[in-house]
Amino acid sequence: MSIAWYLAVSAIIFALGAVGVIVRRNPLVVLLCLELMLNGANLSLIAFARMWGNGDGQILALIVMTVAACEVCIGLGMIVAIYRRRLPIDVDEMRELQG
Amino acid sequence: MSTLFFFLAAFGAIAGAIGVIALRDPFFSVLSLVAHLLSLAILFLLLRAEFVAAAQVVVYAGAVMVLYVFVVAYVGEADEAIGARLRSAGGANMRLAAAVLGGALLVELLIALLGSGLKAIEGYGAGYTPGPRTYGTPAYIGNLLLTRFLLAFEMASFLLLIAAVGGVVLARRRGGLEEETAEEEREFAPLELLRPQGTGTMAEGVTGLEFAASHSGGAEEEAKGPAESRRTPVAVGAAEQGDEHDSEGEDGR
Amino acid sequence: MSATTFGWLVLLFPLLGTLIIGFGFRVLPGRTAGWIGTAAIGLAFLAALGALIKMQGHAPSGRELNSSLWSYAVTVGIDAHVSILVDPLSVYMILVVTGISTMIHLYSVSYLEQDRGFARYFAYLNFFVFSMLLLVLAGNFLLLIVGWAFVGAASYLLISFWYRRTTATRAGIKAFVINVVGDVGLVLGTYFIFKHTGTLEFTKVFAAAPHVFHSGEADITAGCLLLLVGAAAKSAQIPLHTWLPDAMEGPTPVSALIHAATMVTAGVYLIARMHTLFELAPAAQDTGAVIGALTLLIAGTIALVQTDIKRVIAYSTMSQIGYMIMGVSVGAYAAGMFHLMTHAFFKALLFMGAGSIIGAMGGEQSLQKMGGFRKALPFTFACFVIGGLALSGIPPFSGFFSKDEILLVTAERGGWHWVLYVMGYLGAFLTAIYTFRMIFRAFYGDPVAEAKELEGGHLHHAEVPTNPANGEVEDTDVGFPGPHHTIAERALPMRVAMSVLAVGAIGAGLVQVPGVDDVIVNFLRPSFATSPLYEPHTRDGLLIFGLCLGTVLGLTGIAIAYRIWVREPAIAVRARARFGAVYELLWHKWYFDEAIDLLVVRPAAATGTWARGTFERVFVDGTLIGGTTGVVRAGSAAVRAVQSGFLRYYAALLLLGVGAVGLYFLLQS
Repeated sequence: MSIAWYLAVSAIIFALGAVGVIVRRNPLVVLLCLELMLNGANLSLIAFARMWGNGDGQILALIVMTVAACEVCIGLGMIVAIYRRRLPIDVDEMRELQG
Repeated sequence: MSTLFFFLAAFGAIAGAIGVIALRDPFFSVLSLVAHLLSLAILFLLLRAEFVAAAQVVVYAGAVMVLYVFVVAYVGEADEAIGARLRSAGGANMRLAAAVLGGALLVELLIALLGSGLKAIEGYGAGYTPGPRTYGTPAYIGNLLLTRFLLAFEMASFLLLIAAVGGVVLARRRGGLEEETAEEEREFAPLELLRPQGTGTMAEGVTGLEFAASHSGGAEEEAKGPAESRRTPVAVGAAEQGDEHDSEGEDGR
Repeated sequence: MSATTFGWLVLLFPLLGTLIIGFGFRVLPGRTAGWIGTAAIGLAFLAALGALIKMQGHAPSGRELNSSLWSYAVTVGIDAHVSILVDPLSVYMILVVTGISTMIHLYSVSYLEQDRGFARYFAYLNFFVFSMLLLVLAGNFLLLIVGWAFVGAASYLLISFWYRRTTATRAGIKAFVINVVGDVGLVLGTYFIFKHTGTLEFTKVFAAAPHVFHSGEADITAGCLLLLVGAAAKSAQIPLHTWLPDAMEGPTPVSALIHAATMVTAGVYLIARMHTLFELAPAAQDTGAVIGALTLLIAGTIALVQTDIKRVIAYSTMSQIGYMIMGVSVGAYAAGMFHLMTHAFFKALLFMGAGSIIGAMGGEQSLQKMGGFRKALPFTFACFVIGGLALSGIPPFSGFFSKDEILLVTAERGGWHWVLYVMGYLGAFLTAIYTFRMIFRAFYGDPVAEAKELEGGHLHHAEVPTNPANGEVEDTDVGFPGPHHTIAERALPMRVAMSVLAVGAIGAGLVQVPGVDDVIVNFLRPSFATSPLYEPHTRDGLLIFGLCLGTVLGLTGIAIAYRIWVREPAIAVRARARFGAVYELLWHKWYFDEAIDLLVVRPAAATGTWARGTFERVFVDGTLIGGTTGVVRAGSAAVRAVQSGFLRYYAALLLLGVGAVGLYFLLQS
């Protein structure tokens, strides 16, 4: 398949992830959707790397994966802390940033 | 042949993505994401990114998702599905907005990616000759990581260290058997994670640390007077941070 | 030292007096403040004499001397200097003002002796004299307006001098408000004149006026009519006269100075000074003449029935100022100014005498309670008689010559001015009647209790001090009159002052005896050199006729007054019963107060109430302020809604932003 197909798939995955971030209320699932978006970006990176034929995109994809892992670690740590405090695990309940 | 695999993998990825956002139980979402990741790995393989595909499976699906599974098991509650009633303000609007925004984003991305007039994406990529150190092999990646992208490599490892420390700090237990005291629902402030329970409100100044003591000391300590609870400062097992806070509070009175 | 230097000194001394007394009022012991004030005005009088002498040293055509101290605002289109104009008219005025003021200051030193506000009084009085001198010496419209306004302010301060009396404070406010109406007229009139002449300096304006304006043009007529409004307000002419009787709430020397001799003559001075402009606006001149004539008659009729002794004299002042206004409006400038001087003498004398007899009554001012003071107050009685004879126009007293000159010139103008001539003599007749009504009621008849006390050597003091106007009980602390009353017979300064004025009242007329000497006319001629109306064409026949008529009317008036109020008081009672409606009209002062209340005060109050209740509340508060704040509040509420705290909203916004940026770049390429 030409590279265009891979890019289309990556766009679809990214959009789906974005929708999921907005729609879901469980912060765990929101983080999962965040992962989706990252994966979509990864796919397009790999595709373009293949297009150009050098490895820069692949390295970047590896780094993105690393970052995603760190972010997951911190995010899950927060969720665990919230859970420990007996607060509801619901994104809508955490609204201290209101004006 | 590769076309077939492509369509299978693409279908799997998209199906996994839809599963993540649509399934009610967060555990099933996680599993669906695992499936998605595996499909993505196949796509990577099709794009000659062997090492990245392996890393995806081992690290992403193997470690990160396992982490998720642990947390979901610890925390996980069933969330309402998308289609169910959403109590929060503007729930219906959220769905509509999400659909609209997602669709708009998709269209834009497609135009950007595909309509850019870049001829190369019509092709199959640059040429490829198989070999031990060619494009996509671990040796190739390793070479790049240790020469051109050394700084990024080192910084990524540094980042991982920070994340690890952060994770430990976030998730540690702090002071007493808090889960056993009955505590009314309070609004959650992210900064609350960084200071001892019961401090930071006017109650602290008005009633003294007895407030904090009563909240962190458990039911049996509520009978004690403020003086005694002051003598037994909060955060029995807490770190220095908690002690500093309490002693500051004492000095301030 | 030149004449203008003396002019500045004339201004400086009262100003210094004000400042010294004003700042040092706590440390000045006893009556020192009074002596400082008197000395200040005395020095000003000497400086005025110096100015006179120096000015007369110039040739008659060179007697208009300008002197500018500094330039206040000189730029395109305006030239405002701080400058004075020393010419015969202003020197004449400053001599009158400083001379009479010195005597009144001297009188006040005794009159207000134990008043707690003694020093404040002299500070105010000096300030008033300074303002009046500034007004008179002003060399341009700017200083004139400044002096005009200051005089109004000083008048307000002095009328409400006993500020704890509500009647006094109300009277002060009334005077000030009506004066402000005059101020507005003056300023607007100045504008109309300035618009065409382009300069504020008097000499330049008067030189340019005949070339810039055509006679009877709209702007000059409007300007002069507005100046007339200012003059009418300051000089208490109809219809802006209602403040003067109320102004009698002030201490008697204040009434003598401000409301007899100086401030109320400012209007006369204004018209005389602006004669060049008025001669270009015959309509304004005619209006002034009519107003003067009406005032002199109406005020004369009202004075016939007043019972407060000070109000009788106040209405008499109004009437005499009417003569002066009429005089300077028809072109009898010298005669009008002459009458100004003689009137200052005898009216101040009458007020001083009134102060003496009020002191004898222990603060009571009503004629109905007075009687038979002839033996107890001989000096006061003599002064009253001298002043009364001068006022009634009996030869050889001063009032005789001055009043008849005015009427003579009026008649010489011909045409409908004969009506004014008749009204003038009618007024003279009434003057004699009410003046001697006052004298006979106060001094003839059976002595009242206070008079008997005084004959026995004891000055009556009221046990409970009361407000003579409405009988309210008061005390003698600051803000009310002090515990001390005195009479002229017991206070040397008062006697000295009254004697000087009495001499003036008797003899001041001798400087301008028709056919014998023309001191005033000659003296003032350089100021009016450009006026075609100045030279009196004395028609000797009419002159003799006028003099005789004036004498006859005066004597007849005195005789009638004697008949009614000394011989048969019952006539007065019968007349009142028979002409009841007329009496009511006169007693209510021709209902001017009620008319002004109905036409001006009530609509203004209603407008104010409406503005506060409806306009302010609904429109300003509700719509403007409420509206703008409401819009802002609504806007900010709308914006605030974005900060809902919902994480998902923020995520959505984030995506929206990303999409928008992407769209932008897509469209770019």
